[in-house]
Formats: sequence, structure tokens, C-alpha cells
Amino acid sequence: MIAEAGLAALWLAAALALLQLVLVVFGLAGRKEELLGAVRPVAVSQGLLTLLAFLSLILLFLRSDMSVMLVVTNSHSMKPWLYKFAGTWGNHEGSMLLWVTVMGAAGSAVALFERALGRSTHMATLGAQAAISLGFYAFLLFSSNPFARIDPPAADGQGLNPLLQDPGLAFHPPTLYLGYVGLSVAFSFALGALLTRQVDAAFARAMRPWVLAAWVMLTLGITAGSYWAYYELGWGGWWFWDPVENASLMPWLAATALLHSVTVLATRDALRAWTVMLAVIAFSMSMVGTFLVRSGILTSVHAFAVDPERGTFILALLAIYIGGAFALFGWRIGAVREGAPFELVSRETMLVVNNLLLSVILGLVLIGTLYPLLTEAFGHKVSVGAPYFDRMAGPIALVLMIAMAAGPLTRWRRDRFRAVAGRLLIPAAVALVTLALVVALAWGRIGVLPLAGLVIAVAVAVGSVAPLWKRNLRRTPLFTWGMVIAHLGCAVSLGGMASDSAFTVEKLAAARPGDTIETAGWALRFTRIMPIAGDNWTALQADMTASRDGGGAVELHPQSRFFASPPTTTTEAALLTRWNGQLYVVLGQETGDGRWQVRVWWKPFVTFIWLGGIMIALGGALALVGRERRGWLMKWRARAAA
Amino acid sequence: MRGLLAVMLLLASAPALAQSALPPAPYADRQIDDPALERKARGLMETIRCLTCQSQSIADSNASMAGDMRSEIRQRIMAGETPEHIRAWLIERYGDWVSYEPTAAPILWPLWAAPAVLLFLGLLLLRARIKRRKRS
Repeated sequence: MIAEAGLAALWLAAALALLQLVLVVFGLAGRKEELLGAVRPVAVSQGLLTLLAFLSLILLFLRSDMSVMLVVTNSHSMKPWLYKFAGTWGNHEGSMLLWVTVMGAAGSAVALFERALGRSTHMATLGAQAAISLGFYAFLLFSSNPFARIDPPAADGQGLNPLLQDPGLAFHPPTLYLGYVGLSVAFSFALGALLTRQVDAAFARAMRPWVLAAWVMLTLGITAGSYWAYYELGWGGWWFWDPVENASLMPWLAATALLHSVTVLATRDALRAWTVMLAVIAFSMSMVGTFLVRSGILTSVHAFAVDPERGTFILALLAIYIGGAFALFGWRIGAVREGAPFELVSRETMLVVNNLLLSVILGLVLIGTLYPLLTEAFGHKVSVGAPYFDRMAGPIALVLMIAMAAGPLTRWRRDRFRAVAGRLLIPAAVALVTLALVVALAWGRIGVLPLAGLVIAVAVAVGSVAPLWKRNLRRTPLFTWGMVIAHLGCAVSLGGMASDSAFTVEKLAAARPGDTIETAGWALRFTRIMPIAGDNWTALQADMTASRDGGGAVELHPQSRFFASPPTTTTEAALLTRWNGQLYVVLGQETGDGRWQVRVWWKPFVTFIWLGGIMIALGGALALVGRERRGWLMKWRARAAA
Repeated sequence: MRGLLAVMLLLASAPALAQSALPPAPYADRQIDDPALERKARGLMETIRCLTCQSQSIADSNASMAGDMRSEIRQRIMAGETPEHIRAWLIERYGDWVSYEPTAAPILWPLWAAPAVLLFLGLLLLRARIKRRKRS
């Protein structure tokens, strides 16, 4: 029953999306206010129905209903409830249902809360949102039905990939999808404004909170995913330039550029066409990412043939939406007036430089990710990985960081070059001191890129708090605090990355109980090894105590876990966090002579990578609240007065 | 992002389980005593693809084949070979696919030119914009 109810809700939601689109088209074309009046309730109902379908699927997973195909292939009755719950979206169909649910929720939110946008642009936006949703409903219903039954029911399920059985699964995909799909709102806004030809500062101010909210979620999702990969995979890496990671990075780069250009449009009414194009590109990147991940084309062009239906379906959707959006852009952009002019030395120019560099990095990641597909079509298999991305995108990102520090210190409209240079004097001095220090301490052991990264991180950290200099901190607007914290977060994150790649100490050892492993000032005593059991796994757990420079000992318990369904071994790293770094201990295999492989890393300041990510998201959230608070307060007062 | 990483570890761990009876290669998980040589080997390993995994370098893989390749690389480094020489040997043996660092093959020239081309296009766009501004 539950499965059928979920499927029915999904079909109804799809029908409502169609209705929403039709209402908007005829309402706007014929200026029929009575049709447009129904659009908002329809959008909200559509969102509620997708939510109902999604909750049904969660319920099926929680009850381990083994008459549903998806539950059988991806769950198991012995799993802890958290992973039954989160396992709902740990598979293709479930994650696509999460996608349309977020899309429905975003559409409802735009229908309910958007008040700043002009009436006809608002309606056109909801029409565009319905049009995108329709394609994804069709994809779900025709080629990825999550509610399909099997007859007879299975005795039990095949289980969830043990690597995914981690609290990270409950947090990472939903936040990432809120970000990905939240960008669809910006996309719909852009299409709506192109249709009604109302691209101006007011439009930008209406769009900004939506972009900010999606960007905050995307930032959190990527940060969480990176940390999850770091502690779960057991080799101490936190970013692999894996195509799936690139698929999440590309929308983030586009959204970051959009966030800054929309501010230029809102503040100075410049960069109109560019902002609209970025809004289109940002969500297009989300869709491209989904296509790359969901079609299986990334593994190999030939894997595409394994499931050609899904791949072709998403490819068709991509072509229709991205192609359609760019066609509309080309058709209407001539009608958009050129924005306000600006001088060469001005904050506008700095923000254009930001957009330019972000776009170049985005282009590089896109080309690097797709290039192996291209060469494979010519029968030449190549890999494009970390060495390419680090070397090509790294230096550009460092220049971008410098622009990031200089931008807020430059005035809007017009500034003098010497004045800006003067304000950068202290960060530059800090950079020189840091350079001298690092060179003196670590010359010969540190690569050029990590060295530049460290120096720029420290200097930019100083530069990013400079906008608060000589200001009354209590009267500084919240959105300024948001910007400062986000920029500082970038510097903190960069510092963590550079420090990790420059100063990490690795120690691979074979040890037996009783041995002590020494590395980077740490003494790690291997006490004993014990079998233990969890809900659906058994493990060998090593008991170790770590102490540094004769200080107090802390217990660590790295494990090697065995899951029965599906049969898999995973390593559970033991992490010991200190303010200045993390000790990362992994228990490997037995070597055959009673000793065990133990991998130990001391990673100075590695936690700054994710701390920075959280600061960036926090800054975005503060900027959002700071900008919108007045509007919210006024709305509440108006409501209270009425 | 996690999906693929998960699949590749699944692929990686299955052979490791199956072949755990075989003794692992001597330098699969043992560092070279000379830290400078180990740093060299590590730098190379991070840019060599694990062929039985899905998007992982041999430096972060549990697969037995990755262990064998790590051992091979460490032994060759100790024997005095340069990383680039070993990379060439690996490419000759397994194809360009094995190196995360794209080679200089003609088919890859556009890839290497991409940053310069993109930056140039961006600057062109910017210049056109500033010029137009001055005229108006």
C-alpha cells in the first residue's frame, strides 16, 4: 500500500507540475489573473506531494519492506535504523527522488516566501521551475521508479555498501542536494526575468537570498563530503579530483561567481547579462554533474552502454534545458539594457576579476573532467588527475585569493590605485615575514605550490579582516561580518590545505602488541588487539595509547571491520584531534608473523580545511540573515499590525 | 561524491580479501629508509592510477595490485631510477591510462593549452568591456 501511495503521490505531483506550467503560460500570455491566482497553491501542493512520496519511500526502508525492489537491492533488515533511514538516498532511484523532493520544496518556498520579485516575473519563475521539475518527474517515473515491487517478496535484502554506513550519509547527500537543486531557483529566476525582460537591481536583490541559501548548503555539503572521505577511506586524503567530486565542485564555483556578480547587479546595476548567464550556468553545472554521476559515463564511455536508457534520458533533459535556456538567453539578451558603467580601479572591477578567475577554474575543471571521455572516443584512454588540476587550477586559485583580499579594500565606482596598494601594505608585509619564516624552517622540504599557499593564506587572513579596521564593530552590518568571516574561512581552508601537503609526516609500520611506534614527536603504544561485534559487522580492534613528548596518554581504537552483507572489509581510522593538527591511525592487515600493518599520519593543521569550509558557510548564512532581516522584520510588523 | 568512492573501495577490497593468503609485496606498505627517496617515491605514487580501482591513486588504495605497484616503485627508486623514468616504464606497460599526469601526446595538446586559452579569452572579454565603457 505504502509503495502504491508513494507512486500515486509522485504521479499527482507530476500532473500538478504540468498544470502549474500550463497555468503560467496561458495566464501570462492571455493576461488572465484568475489563472495566475492558482499558480501558488498548485506549486505548494506539488511540493507537499513530492514530500509525501519521499516520506513513503523512507517508511518502506525503515520497515524493510522486502516486496519493494529498491529496498531488496539496497537494504537489509539487520541494519541499524539510521542506515535504513539514510539508505533511502544511498542509491540511484532514492537519490533522484530526493532530487525532485528538494526541487518541489524549493518551488513551494519560492511560491510562499518570494515577495520582492515583480508579479509577472514571479509567475514566470514558477513556470520555469515547473518546466524543469517535469523533466525530472518523467525521468523518475519512466526510467527510475523507486516504488517498483517484486513478486514474490525476497527473504531479506542485499544490504547497503558498508562504506556508506556512516552518519555522513544522513547529512552529506541532503545538504549537497539542497545546494544543487537550490540553484534551480536561480536558474528559474533567470529564465523568468528573461521572459519578462526585467533584469535589474531589484531582480538581483530578490534573487540574492536564494543564491546565498543554495550556496551555503552546497558549501556545507562539499565540506562534509570531503571530511567523510578523509576519515572513511583510510589513507588520509581529503580531495581526490575524482570526477564525482568535480561534479560537486563545478556548481560551487559557478554559484560563488554568481553570488558576487549578483551583488554587483544589486548594488550598482551593472553586469546584467553576465549575472543572468551565470545563474543559467550554475544550475546547468548541477545537471551536468548529475548526468555524469548517474549515467555511469564517467567510469568509461562503454559503461554508458550498460544503462543507455537512463543516460540517454538525462542527456536529452540536459540538451533541452541547457540548450533551451541558452537559446532564450541569446534571443532576449539584446533587450536587456547594458548596466551602469564603471572605472578600471573599482570594486566592480575586482568582482569582475573574481568572476573571470572563477570561470577559468570552472572551465579547467570541466575540460579536465570531460577530456578523458573525448580521447576515449578516439580510442585513446588517458587519465586527468591531481597533477593536472593542482598545477593548472592551483596558481589561478592563489591569484583569486589575492583578489579576494584586495576586493573589499577597494571602493565602489572609483578608487585610486595607490590608495588600494597602501591598504594592502600590511598584508604584503605579513606575506614577506611568513615567506622568510617558512623558507628558514622548511627549505628543501616544501614544494612551490604549498609554500605559496601558506604565504598567501596568512597574508589573505590578515587582509580579509582589514575591512573591520577602524570600524565600530558593534555598528558594522551583519552582512559585512558575513563577508569577512567567509573570506577569512577561505584563507583558513587554504592554510590547512597547504600545511597538510607541506608538513604531513607519514609512518608505515608493522607492529605487534607491546610495540611502540614513534613518529613526529608522538609515541603510539600498541597494547593489544581484540575482536568486537556491532549490529551488522564484526571487527578487529586495536587498543593503542598515544602520547606526545611525554605528555598524558590518550586511547585510540582503530578497527578493521568485516561486513557480511555485502561481504566487505572497511577500515575505521582512529583520529586524535589537537589544536595544531590531527593524528590519523589506521589498522591494516596482519603481515603473517603476528605483526599488523599500522599506518600513522601526523597532519599539522589539517582540520583547518574543514573549519574554513564551515566558516565560509557561516559567513554566507550571516550575509543572508543580515541582508534579509530588515525585510523579515517589516513583514512581521505589517502582519502584526493587520 | 561518495557513491563512486564507495564503489571503488568495494572493487579494491574484494581482491585484497581473495588474495590475502599470498604474501604482500615487500615494499607495498614499507617505507624506504631514506626520507628523501621515500618522498620521491610517494610523489610518484600519488600520480599513478590504481588499475583495479575506480579513480584512486595507488598511494591511497587497499587493492593488492596497488600494493604491488607501490613496492615496484619503491624498489626502482632505491635502485636509483628517476620518477619520470619509472612513469615512462609504467605507461609503456599499462598505457597512458595509468598516469594521472597527462602526457604530452598530441591528442592532449588542447588540454595543456586550455588554461592559457581560457585566461586569454577572459582578458579579451574584459578588455572589450572596458574599451566600450570608455567610449560611452
